[in-house]
Amino acid sequence: MQPLLELKNIGLAYHSMNGETLALSNISFSVEDGEFIAIVGPSGCGKSTLLSLISGLLSPESGSIRLRGQPIQNTSTNIGYMLQKDHLFEWRSVYSNVMLGLEIQKKITEKSMDFVNNMLKTYELEKFRKSKPSELSGGMRQRAALVRTLALEPDLLLLDEPFSALDYQTRLTVCDDISSIIKEEKKTAILVTHDLAEAISTADRVVVLSKRPGTVKKIIPIEFDIPYKTPMNTRNAPEFRDYFNIIWKELNENG
Amino acid sequence: MDDTSFTQQRYLKKRRRHKQTVSISRGLILIGFIALWEITTRLGILNSFIFSSPGRIIKTFISMVKDKSIFLHIGVTLYETLLSFALVVVIGVLAAVLLWLSKKLSEILEPYWVVLNSLPKSALAPVLIVWLGATTKTIIVAGISVAIFGTIISLHTSFQEVEPDKMKLIYTLGGNKMDVLLKVILPGTVPTIISTMKVNIGLCLVGVIIGEFLAARNGLGYLIIYGSQVFKMDWVLMSIVILCVIAMGLYKLINLLEKLYLKRI
Repeated sequence: MQPLLELKNIGLAYHSMNGETLALSNISFSVEDGEFIAIVGPSGCGKSTLLSLISGLLSPESGSIRLRGQPIQNTSTNIGYMLQKDHLFEWRSVYSNVMLGLEIQKKITEKSMDFVNNMLKTYELEKFRKSKPSELSGGMRQRAALVRTLALEPDLLLLDEPFSALDYQTRLTVCDDISSIIKEEKKTAILVTHDLAEAISTADRVVVLSKRPGTVKKIIPIEFDIPYKTPMNTRNAPEFRDYFNIIWKELNENG
Repeated sequence: MDDTSFTQQRYLKKRRRHKQTVSISRGLILIGFIALWEITTRLGILNSFIFSSPGRIIKTFISMVKDKSIFLHIGVTLYETLLSFALVVVIGVLAAVLLWLSKKLSEILEPYWVVLNSLPKSALAPVLIVWLGATTKTIIVAGISVAIFGTIISLHTSFQEVEPDKMKLIYTLGGNKMDVLLKVILPGTVPTIISTMKVNIGLCLVGVIIGEFLAARNGLGYLIIYGSQVFKMDWVLMSIVILCVIAMGLYKLINLLEKLYLKRI
């Protein structure tokens, strides 16, 4: 079967008056349907840029990105993107924030409204639909942001360090929360993070990028021999530490 | 039910006393000033022909209320101020949006804004009279000219200060530049728009009075300039007092608008 996403020899440089900086070079990997991929790498290695490329916000200078075999410009595949901060708009209610994507794409129908209402109920935001975002806790805000993304029913979810703005305790719960929501909804996801523990505990495969210019150093499949695979459980599994050490070594080899 | 602690009560009492002191002092300054003015002119320390007096101002005001001329002057000035203010808001927002839409255009025009903004607008008034004649049009343009350039600059700056990630969000949800403008830039900068309005309403009043000095047959500006020419200082000082009240009232109006907006969201 054709992979959902396929990157081949992607390269991109930043241009400024002081010259050009190669950000990504020769990146190739593919993502199958239903997979959860984590991308880790030192800061400044172009992790976030990679997501912007996959989402089509940027175009690569070399190489090709294909979604279900189609170039991203003319594909019907929906991509959802979650940014570092939730960016819920304070001048809108939680409900109207969640509806923002549907509103922009003019897809507000009875069916899509039902879909959103169900998600709000499932993820315990029902009570707060008329509240202002500032009345929500950090975890609830991130859940609302996820509902906003899922409302467009994306086939592929891109997560750009979506937990990094939260404090440590909330971060663990929300990470647990969000990754189980993604598994429940059977979404394919790519998570960019600099937190190795987060990557190992959520992903099926971890892509390790090198220092700038970012290249794929290694792709490590993660397998746990435990019955209920949630991020919290995997953190306690014996294999966890081995994976941590492998990835840590990869990251630190030649810088 | 008494669940406030002693220290909390003491704190509240202190706050209340502080507030009372402020408002009583404010009142006393006003009353003291008026009393001093009245007494010194009555005792002949100040010449009431030149300095007028609260009593004479009230008398003049009552007689002008009786012949209804005062309503004309106040009405004209208010109308001109509000009209130029409304035009400043509309033109200012439209121009700032245009500059935001085209980065190139805003860069090209930047030095011109800077010059026009720092130019003393009263220098323009005589030119406007020659071009547009001694009409209401001149006065309204004068009112606009004082406020417009600062408005465009500060709105454009606040548009540019919107977080890039908020705009990125709109693009990731499949929106275009128009969606960014309508869903992020404009709603996100309403507080800035209101605060520039607060400054502008006063500036428009300044511009309108400058215009009326030179090109009017009615209005408080006209009354001031005419009164000083024929040495009716009662008219001049009464008009200034009325302008104080109008300036205060217009500012409160915008404040009210701000409160309504904050309540709505």
